[in-house]
Amino acid sequence: MALPIAPLLGIFADNVRKRGSVLPLTKARATGWARGLDIPRGGETVLYTGHMYQMTPLIDAMSAQMSTLENSFLTRFFGIGRVVNKFVNMTFFMGLTASAERTQRANQVLRDIVGLLREAKVEFGYLYEDEFYAGALLYDDGLDESFAAHARRVTAHLRKLGVRRLITVDPHTTQMFRQAYPLFVKDFDIEVRNYLEVLAEAGLEAAKPVDKEVVVHDSCIYARYVDIARQPRELLRAAGLSVREPKQAGKSTHCCGGPLESLFPAEAHRISGNRVDQLAAEGKNVVTMCPFCWVNLGNAAGDRLAVTDIATVLATSRSLPKAADTRKARLASPRTAARWPHRAGPAAIPSTPKP
Amino acid sequence: MTKVSSELAARMKAMEGFNAGACFHCGTCSALCPLGYKILPRKLFRQVMLGLEDEVRTNIPAIFSCLLCRMCEVNCPQGVHIAENIRALRSLINRQEFGLQ
Repeated sequence: MALPIAPLLGIFADNVRKRGSVLPLTKARATGWARGLDIPRGGETVLYTGHMYQMTPLIDAMSAQMSTLENSFLTRFFGIGRVVNKFVNMTFFMGLTASAERTQRANQVLRDIVGLLREAKVEFGYLYEDEFYAGALLYDDGLDESFAAHARRVTAHLRKLGVRRLITVDPHTTQMFRQAYPLFVKDFDIEVRNYLEVLAEAGLEAAKPVDKEVVVHDSCIYARYVDIARQPRELLRAAGLSVREPKQAGKSTHCCGGPLESLFPAEAHRISGNRVDQLAAEGKNVVTMCPFCWVNLGNAAGDRLAVTDIATVLATSRSLPKAADTRKARLASPRTAARWPHRAGPAAIPSTPKP
Repeated sequence: MTKVSSELAARMKAMEGFNAGACFHCGTCSALCPLGYKILPRKLFRQVMLGLEDEVRTNIPAIFSCLLCRMCEVNCPQGVHIAENIRALRSLINRQEFGLQ
Protein backbone atom coordinates (compact mmCIF):
# COMPACT_ATOMS: atom_id res chain seq x y z
CA MET A 1 0.00 0.00 0.00
CA ALA A 2 1.16 3.50 -0.73
CA LEU A 3 0.99 6.57 1.41
CA PRO A 4 -1.60 9.06 0.14
CA ILE A 5 0.09 10.63 -2.87
CA ALA A 6 -1.82 13.86 -3.46
CA PRO A 7 -1.68 15.33 0.10
CA LEU A 8 2.02 14.50 0.44
CA LEU A 9 2.86 16.10 -2.91
CA GLY A 10 0.76 19.08 -1.81
CA ILE A 11 2.84 19.41 1.37
CA PHE A 12 6.08 19.33 -0.66
CA ALA A 13 4.82 22.01 -3.06
CA ASP A 14 3.47 24.22 -0.22
CA ASN A 15 6.75 23.95 1.67
CA VAL A 16 8.79 25.05 -1.32
CA ARG A 17 6.44 27.93 -2.08
CA LYS A 18 6.22 29.18 1.49
CA ARG A 19 9.54 28.10 2.99
CA GLY A 20 11.89 27.60 0.04
CA SER A 21 12.45 23.86 0.53
CA VAL A 22 10.57 20.55 0.66
CA LEU A 23 12.17 19.97 4.02
CA PRO A 24 12.86 23.41 5.48
CA LEU A 25 15.91 23.42 7.73
CA THR A 26 16.79 25.75 10.57
CA LYS A 27 19.77 28.00 9.92
CA ALA A 28 21.82 25.98 12.39
CA ARG A 29 21.05 22.75 10.55
CA ALA A 30 21.70 24.18 7.09
CA THR A 31 24.95 26.01 7.79
CA GLY A 32 26.24 24.58 11.11
CA TRP A 33 28.58 22.20 9.29
CA ALA A 34 30.73 25.11 8.07
CA ARG A 35 31.41 26.47 11.54
CA GLY A 36 35.11 27.15 12.07
CA LEU A 37 36.14 26.42 8.47
CA ASP A 38 36.52 30.08 7.50
CA ILE A 39 35.03 29.65 4.05
CA PRO A 40 34.67 33.13 2.52
CA ARG A 41 31.11 34.31 2.02
CA GLY A 42 29.91 34.38 -1.61
CA GLY A 43 32.13 35.07 -4.59
CA GLU A 44 31.93 34.05 -8.25
CA THR A 45 32.62 30.37 -7.51
CA VAL A 46 30.69 28.86 -4.63
CA LEU A 47 30.42 25.44 -3.06
CA TYR A 48 26.72 24.58 -3.33
CA THR A 49 25.40 21.97 -0.88
CA GLY A 50 21.72 22.37 -1.84
CA HIS A 51 20.96 21.25 1.77
CA MET A 52 21.03 17.62 0.69
CA TYR A 53 23.50 16.21 3.21
CA GLN A 54 22.01 18.41 5.91
CA MET A 55 18.58 16.87 5.22
CA THR A 56 19.69 13.28 5.71
CA PRO A 57 19.24 13.15 9.51
CA LEU A 58 15.67 14.39 9.07
CA ILE A 59 14.92 12.03 6.23
CA ASP A 60 16.27 9.21 8.32
CA ALA A 61 13.98 10.07 11.22
CA MET A 62 11.04 10.72 8.91
CA SER A 63 11.30 7.49 6.95
CA ALA A 64 11.11 5.51 10.20
CA GLN A 65 7.91 7.36 11.08
CA MET A 66 6.48 7.08 7.58
CA SER A 67 6.94 3.36 7.28
CA THR A 68 4.99 2.81 10.48
CA LEU A 69 2.24 4.99 8.98
CA GLU A 70 2.15 3.24 5.63
CA ASN A 71 -0.43 0.64 6.57
CA SER A 72 -2.18 2.58 9.28
CA PHE A 73 -5.61 4.24 9.39
CA LEU A 74 -3.76 7.49 10.12
CA THR A 75 -3.07 7.91 6.41
CA ARG A 76 -6.65 9.16 6.14
CA PHE A 77 -5.61 12.28 8.01
CA PHE A 78 -2.83 13.36 5.64
CA GLY A 79 -5.28 15.80 4.02
CA ILE A 80 -5.64 17.55 7.38
CA GLY A 81 -1.87 17.44 7.72
CA ARG A 82 -1.55 19.46 4.54
CA VAL A 83 -3.93 22.14 5.84
CA VAL A 84 -2.08 22.38 9.16
CA ASN A 85 1.29 22.45 7.37
CA LYS A 86 0.28 25.62 5.56
CA PHE A 87 0.44 27.41 8.93
CA VAL A 88 2.88 25.39 10.99
CA ASN A 89 6.03 23.88 9.54
CA MET A 90 5.24 20.23 10.31
CA THR A 91 8.66 19.06 9.22
CA PHE A 92 10.16 21.12 12.05
CA PHE A 93 9.02 18.37 14.41
CA MET A 94 10.87 15.77 12.37
CA GLY A 95 14.08 17.58 13.26
CA LEU A 96 13.43 16.90 16.94
CA THR A 97 13.80 13.16 16.45
CA ALA A 98 16.84 13.36 14.13
CA SER A 99 19.86 11.57 15.54
CA ALA A 100 22.77 13.73 16.67
CA GLU A 101 25.20 11.09 15.52
CA ARG A 102 23.75 11.08 11.98
CA THR A 103 23.86 14.89 11.96
CA GLN A 104 27.50 14.85 12.95
CA ARG A 105 28.42 12.34 10.24
CA ALA A 106 26.53 14.26 7.53
CA ASN A 107 28.27 17.47 8.57
CA GLN A 108 31.60 15.69 8.49
CA VAL A 109 31.02 14.65 4.84
CA LEU A 110 30.69 18.32 3.87
CA ARG A 111 33.75 19.23 5.92
CA ASP A 112 35.70 16.46 4.19
CA ILE A 113 34.63 17.83 0.80
CA VAL A 114 36.01 21.23 1.81
CA GLY A 115 39.23 19.56 2.97
CA LEU A 116 39.64 17.74 -0.35
CA LEU A 117 38.97 20.85 -2.46
CA ARG A 118 41.49 22.79 -0.39
CA GLU A 119 44.03 19.98 -0.82
CA ALA A 120 43.49 20.39 -4.59
CA LYS A 121 44.04 24.17 -4.24
CA VAL A 122 40.56 25.01 -5.49
CA GLU A 123 39.29 28.39 -4.38
CA PHE A 124 35.61 28.83 -3.55
CA GLY A 125 33.15 30.61 -1.33
CA TYR A 126 29.94 29.50 0.35
CA LEU A 127 26.58 31.27 0.50
CA TYR A 128 25.69 30.20 4.08
CA GLU A 129 22.03 31.05 4.80
CA ASP A 130 21.71 32.53 1.29
CA GLU A 131 21.79 29.05 -0.19
CA PHE A 132 18.60 27.28 -1.28
CA TYR A 133 17.40 23.78 -1.95
CA ALA A 134 17.48 23.16 -5.74
CA GLY A 135 13.99 21.61 -6.05
CA ALA A 136 14.73 18.03 -7.15
CA LEU A 137 11.70 16.45 -5.47
CA LEU A 138 9.32 18.88 -7.18
CA TYR A 139 10.85 18.18 -10.55
CA ASP A 140 10.88 14.40 -10.12
CA ASP A 141 7.29 14.27 -8.93
CA GLY A 142 6.12 16.35 -11.90
CA LEU A 143 5.14 19.47 -9.94
CA ASP A 144 6.35 21.47 -12.91
CA GLU A 145 4.87 24.88 -12.23
CA SER A 146 6.04 24.90 -8.62
CA PHE A 147 9.47 23.76 -9.76
CA ALA A 148 9.70 26.42 -12.48
CA ALA A 149 8.77 29.19 -10.04
CA HIS A 150 11.33 27.93 -7.53
CA ALA A 151 14.06 27.54 -10.16
CA ARG A 152 13.50 31.11 -11.39
CA ARG A 153 13.60 32.41 -7.81
CA VAL A 154 16.85 30.57 -7.01
CA THR A 155 18.48 31.69 -10.27
CA ALA A 156 17.52 35.35 -9.76
CA HIS A 157 18.95 35.12 -6.26
CA LEU A 158 22.25 33.61 -7.48
CA ARG A 159 22.54 36.27 -10.18
CA LYS A 160 21.91 39.01 -7.64
CA LEU A 161 24.74 37.63 -5.50
CA GLY A 162 27.06 37.61 -8.53
CA VAL A 163 27.53 33.83 -8.58
CA ARG A 164 28.97 32.55 -11.88
CA ARG A 165 30.01 28.98 -11.03
CA LEU A 166 28.63 26.33 -8.69
CA ILE A 167 30.60 23.42 -7.28
CA THR A 168 27.89 20.93 -6.40
CA VAL A 169 28.37 18.07 -3.97
CA ASP A 170 25.52 15.64 -4.69
CA PRO A 171 23.97 14.07 -7.79
CA HIS A 172 20.47 15.55 -7.47
CA THR A 173 21.54 19.17 -7.16
CA THR A 174 24.02 18.63 -10.01
CA GLN A 175 21.31 17.21 -12.27
CA MET A 176 18.85 19.98 -11.39
CA PHE A 177 21.22 22.85 -12.15
CA ARG A 178 22.78 21.21 -15.18
CA GLN A 179 19.77 19.65 -16.89
CA ALA A 180 16.50 20.86 -15.38
CA TYR A 181 17.13 24.58 -14.74
CA PRO A 182 18.08 25.29 -18.38
CA LEU A 183 14.66 23.88 -19.40
CA PHE A 184 12.71 26.16 -17.08
CA VAL A 185 14.86 29.27 -16.65
CA LYS A 186 15.45 31.54 -19.62
CA ASP A 187 19.14 31.94 -20.52
CA PHE A 188 20.40 29.96 -17.55
CA ASP A 189 24.14 30.54 -17.80
CA ILE A 190 25.58 29.57 -14.43
CA GLU A 191 28.34 27.01 -14.85
CA VAL A 192 27.80 23.82 -12.86
CA ARG A 193 30.68 21.58 -11.86
CA ASN A 194 30.52 18.65 -9.51
CA TYR A 195 33.25 18.41 -6.87
CA LEU A 196 34.22 14.90 -8.06
CA GLU A 197 34.85 16.30 -11.54
CA VAL A 198 36.77 19.23 -10.08
CA LEU A 199 38.93 16.95 -7.93
CA ALA A 200 39.59 14.47 -10.75
CA GLU A 201 40.62 17.31 -13.04
CA ALA A 202 42.82 18.95 -10.44
CA GLY A 203 44.80 15.69 -10.30
CA LEU A 204 45.39 15.24 -6.60
CA GLU A 205 48.78 13.76 -5.82
CA ALA A 206 48.79 9.96 -5.60
CA ALA A 207 48.69 8.81 -1.99
CA LYS A 208 50.57 5.85 -0.53
CA PRO A 209 48.67 2.61 -1.19
CA VAL A 210 46.69 1.47 1.82
CA ASP A 211 45.67 -2.11 2.35
CA LYS A 212 41.95 -1.54 1.94
CA GLU A 213 39.35 -2.67 -0.57
CA VAL A 214 36.18 -0.72 -1.18
CA VAL A 215 33.06 -1.68 -3.12
CA VAL A 216 31.73 1.21 -5.23
CA HIS A 217 28.00 1.94 -5.34
CA ASP A 218 27.24 4.35 -8.20
CA SER A 219 24.35 6.78 -7.92
CA CYS A 220 21.81 6.36 -10.76
CA ILE A 221 21.83 10.10 -11.30
CA TYR A 222 25.60 10.38 -11.50
CA ALA A 223 26.00 7.35 -13.76
CA ARG A 224 22.98 7.67 -16.06
CA TYR A 225 22.08 11.37 -16.04
CA VAL A 226 25.26 13.42 -15.65
CA ASP A 227 27.91 10.89 -16.66
CA ILE A 228 30.04 10.75 -13.51
CA ALA A 229 31.41 7.23 -12.99
CA ARG A 230 35.06 7.37 -14.07
CA GLN A 231 36.04 10.20 -11.71
CA PRO A 232 35.15 8.57 -8.35
CA ARG A 233 37.11 5.45 -9.31
CA GLU A 234 40.16 7.49 -10.32
CA LEU A 235 39.99 9.40 -7.06
CA LEU A 236 39.67 6.26 -4.94
CA ARG A 237 42.66 4.65 -6.67
CA ALA A 238 44.70 7.83 -6.35
CA ALA A 239 43.91 7.79 -2.64
CA GLY A 240 45.62 4.40 -2.46
CA LEU A 241 42.53 2.19 -2.26
CA SER A 242 41.66 -0.92 -4.28
CA VAL A 243 38.31 -0.64 -5.99
CA ARG A 244 35.90 -3.55 -6.32
CA GLU A 245 32.86 -3.49 -8.60
CA PRO A 246 29.50 -5.04 -7.67
CA LYS A 247 27.55 -7.08 -10.20
CA GLN A 248 25.75 -3.96 -11.40
CA ALA A 249 28.10 -0.98 -11.61
CA GLY A 250 28.71 2.22 -13.58
CA LYS A 251 26.03 2.82 -16.22
CA SER A 252 24.31 -0.41 -15.10
CA THR A 253 24.15 0.53 -11.42
CA HIS A 254 21.23 -0.65 -9.27
CA CYS A 255 19.05 1.95 -7.54
CA CYS A 256 19.27 2.23 -3.72
CA GLY A 257 15.50 2.60 -3.41
CA GLY A 258 15.85 6.15 -2.07
CA PRO A 259 13.41 7.85 -4.48
CA LEU A 260 10.53 5.80 -3.08
CA GLU A 261 11.27 6.60 0.56
CA SER A 262 8.75 9.45 0.66
CA LEU A 263 5.73 7.75 -0.94
CA PHE A 264 6.32 3.97 -0.88
CA PRO A 265 8.61 3.11 2.06
CA ALA A 266 7.98 -0.64 1.92
CA GLU A 267 9.00 -0.84 -1.76
CA ALA A 268 12.06 1.31 -1.02
CA HIS A 269 13.17 -1.16 1.64
CA ARG A 270 12.76 -4.12 -0.70
CA ILE A 271 14.94 -2.48 -3.37
CA SER A 272 17.64 -1.36 -0.93
CA GLY A 273 17.72 -4.90 0.47
CA ASN A 274 18.35 -6.31 -3.02
CA ARG A 275 21.17 -3.85 -3.57
CA VAL A 276 22.75 -4.61 -0.20
CA ASP A 277 22.88 -8.31 -1.18
CA GLN A 278 24.71 -7.42 -4.42
CA LEU A 279 27.21 -5.19 -2.61
CA ALA A 280 27.80 -7.64 0.24
CA ALA A 281 28.86 -10.27 -2.28
CA GLU A 282 31.92 -8.12 -3.09
CA GLY A 283 33.06 -6.90 0.29
CA LYS A 284 32.20 -5.19 3.53
CA ASN A 285 33.31 -1.60 2.90
CA VAL A 286 30.87 0.15 0.62
CA VAL A 287 31.43 3.65 -0.78
CA THR A 288 28.44 5.80 -1.77
CA MET A 289 28.44 9.21 -3.50
CA CYS A 290 24.89 10.42 -2.89
CA PRO A 291 23.46 11.46 0.49
CA PHE A 292 20.31 9.39 -0.07
CA CYS A 293 22.13 6.24 -1.21
CA TRP A 294 24.28 6.70 1.89
CA VAL A 295 21.36 6.83 4.34
CA ASN A 296 19.23 4.25 2.59
CA LEU A 297 21.87 1.60 2.07
CA GLY A 298 23.34 2.24 5.50
CA ASN A 299 19.97 1.58 7.13
CA ALA A 300 19.26 -1.44 4.94
CA ALA A 301 22.68 -2.95 5.60
CA GLY A 302 22.63 -2.63 9.39
CA ASP A 303 25.73 -4.44 10.65
CA ARG A 304 26.34 -6.34 7.41
CA LEU A 305 28.21 -3.49 5.69
CA ALA A 306 30.06 -0.33 6.58
CA VAL A 307 28.55 2.28 4.24
CA THR A 308 30.64 5.45 4.00
CA ASP A 309 30.44 8.51 1.78
CA ILE A 310 33.24 8.88 -0.76
CA ALA A 311 34.35 12.25 0.63
CA THR A 312 34.97 10.75 4.05
CA VAL A 313 36.70 7.71 2.51
CA LEU A 314 39.02 9.91 0.43
CA ALA A 315 39.80 12.32 3.25
CA THR A 316 40.50 9.47 5.69
CA SER A 317 42.66 7.56 3.24
CA ARG A 318 44.67 10.69 2.49
CA SER A 319 44.82 11.38 6.24
CA LEU A 320 43.74 14.97 5.71
CA PRO A 321 43.64 16.85 9.00
CA LYS A 322 40.13 16.42 10.40
CA ALA A 323 38.60 19.83 10.70
CA ALA A 324 37.68 20.23 14.33
CA ASP A 325 34.40 21.31 15.79
CA THR A 326 31.94 18.66 14.77
CA ARG A 327 30.52 19.33 18.20
CA LYS A 328 27.38 17.50 19.19
CA ALA A 329 24.28 18.96 17.64
CA ARG A 330 21.98 20.75 19.99
CA LEU A 331 19.06 18.74 18.75
CA ALA A 332 20.39 15.56 20.29
CA SER A 333 17.66 13.24 21.40
CA PRO A 334 18.79 10.33 23.57
CA ARG A 335 15.47 8.66 22.90
CA THR A 336 16.26 8.25 19.20
CA ALA A 337 18.96 5.68 19.77
CA ALA A 338 16.79 3.76 22.19
CA ARG A 339 13.85 3.64 19.82
CA TRP A 340 15.75 2.69 16.69
CA PRO A 341 18.86 0.92 17.91
CA HIS A 342 19.36 -0.67 14.49
CA ARG A 343 19.85 2.81 13.09
CA ALA A 344 22.76 3.66 15.30
CA GLY A 345 25.26 2.73 12.56
CA PRO A 346 29.03 2.48 12.94
CA ALA A 347 30.93 4.50 15.50
CA ALA A 348 30.97 8.26 15.03
CA ILE A 349 33.98 9.81 13.40
CA PRO A 350 36.18 11.11 16.22
CA SER A 351 36.77 14.82 16.16
CA THR A 352 40.09 16.29 17.13
CA PRO A 353 40.12 19.19 19.58
CA LYS A 354 40.95 22.66 18.35
CA PRO A 355 44.63 23.50 18.73
CA MET B 1 -17.09 -0.67 -22.15
CA THR B 2 -13.80 1.22 -22.45
CA LYS B 3 -14.04 4.96 -22.55
CA VAL B 4 -11.63 6.78 -24.83
CA SER B 5 -10.56 10.35 -24.20
CA SER B 6 -9.00 11.87 -27.25
CA GLU B 7 -8.21 14.88 -25.09
CA LEU B 8 -5.79 12.89 -22.90
CA ALA B 9 -4.04 11.51 -25.96
CA ALA B 10 -3.80 14.94 -27.56
CA ARG B 11 -2.56 16.58 -24.39
CA MET B 12 0.21 14.02 -23.95
CA LYS B 13 1.19 14.26 -27.59
CA ALA B 14 1.54 18.00 -27.21
CA MET B 15 3.91 17.58 -24.24
CA GLU B 16 7.50 18.09 -25.17
CA GLY B 17 9.66 15.02 -24.71
CA PHE B 18 6.86 12.45 -24.72
CA ASN B 19 8.05 10.01 -27.40
CA ALA B 20 6.43 6.66 -26.54
CA GLY B 21 5.36 6.18 -30.15
CA ALA B 22 8.80 4.84 -31.03
CA CYS B 23 8.38 1.79 -28.72
CA PHE B 24 8.41 -1.53 -30.59
CA HIS B 25 7.40 -3.63 -27.57
CA CYS B 26 10.61 -5.59 -27.02
CA GLY B 27 10.26 -5.65 -23.21
CA THR B 28 13.84 -4.70 -22.35
CA CYS B 29 12.52 -2.01 -19.99
CA SER B 30 10.41 -4.41 -17.95
CA ALA B 31 13.18 -7.01 -17.78
CA LEU B 32 15.68 -4.51 -16.33
CA CYS B 33 13.44 -2.60 -13.90
CA PRO B 34 14.82 -2.91 -10.34
CA LEU B 35 11.34 -2.23 -9.00
CA GLY B 36 9.61 -4.87 -11.07
CA TYR B 37 7.33 -2.10 -12.30
CA LYS B 38 3.72 -3.01 -11.57
CA ILE B 39 2.62 -2.25 -15.12
CA LEU B 40 4.68 -2.64 -18.26
CA PRO B 41 5.80 0.79 -19.48
CA ARG B 42 4.78 -0.15 -23.01
CA LYS B 43 1.27 -1.00 -21.85
CA LEU B 44 0.98 2.19 -19.85
CA PHE B 45 2.19 4.37 -22.73
CA ARG B 46 -0.20 2.60 -25.10
CA GLN B 47 -3.08 3.36 -22.73
CA VAL B 48 -2.04 7.01 -22.72
CA MET B 49 -1.71 7.23 -26.48
CA LEU B 50 -5.10 5.59 -26.95
CA GLY B 51 -6.62 7.94 -24.41
CA LEU B 52 -7.83 5.20 -22.03
CA GLU B 53 -8.35 7.60 -19.14
CA ASP B 54 -9.84 5.14 -16.62
CA GLU B 55 -7.05 2.62 -17.12
CA VAL B 56 -4.42 5.31 -16.71
CA ARG B 57 -6.19 6.47 -13.54
CA THR B 58 -5.99 3.00 -11.95
CA ASN B 59 -2.23 3.07 -12.61
CA ILE B 60 -1.56 6.28 -10.69
CA PRO B 61 0.28 4.53 -7.81
CA ALA B 62 2.51 2.77 -10.35
CA ILE B 63 3.20 6.04 -12.17
CA PHE B 64 4.34 7.65 -8.92
CA SER B 65 6.38 4.64 -7.84
CA CYS B 66 8.84 4.76 -10.77
CA LEU B 67 12.36 5.38 -9.42
CA LEU B 68 13.37 7.50 -12.46
CA CYS B 69 16.63 5.55 -12.25
CA ARG B 70 16.83 5.35 -16.07
CA MET B 71 17.97 1.72 -16.14
CA CYS B 72 15.30 1.07 -18.79
CA GLU B 73 15.95 4.26 -20.69
CA VAL B 74 19.69 3.88 -21.28
CA ASN B 75 19.07 0.34 -22.57
CA CYS B 76 16.03 1.09 -24.75
CA PRO B 77 16.91 0.13 -28.34
CA GLN B 78 14.39 2.67 -29.65
CA GLY B 79 15.62 5.59 -27.59
CA VAL B 80 12.28 6.13 -25.84
CA HIS B 81 12.70 8.65 -23.00
CA ILE B 82 10.92 6.36 -20.56
CA ALA B 83 11.78 8.20 -17.35
CA GLU B 84 10.98 11.58 -18.89
CA ASN B 85 7.68 10.20 -20.22
CA ILE B 86 6.75 9.05 -16.72
CA ARG B 87 7.66 12.47 -15.34
CA ALA B 88 5.52 14.16 -17.96
CA LEU B 89 2.64 11.86 -17.07
CA ARG B 90 3.03 12.76 -13.38
CA SER B 91 2.86 16.40 -14.27
CA LEU B 92 -0.38 15.84 -16.20
CA ILE B 93 -1.94 13.81 -13.36
CA ASN B 94 -0.94 16.43 -10.80
CA ARG B 95 -2.78 19.07 -12.75
CA GLN B 96 -5.80 17.07 -13.94
CA GLU B 97 -6.43 14.74 -11.03
CA PHE B 98 -4.90 16.32 -7.94
CA GLY B 99 -5.28 20.00 -8.76
CA LEU B 100 -1.62 20.49 -7.94
CA GLN B 101 0.87 22.53 -9.88
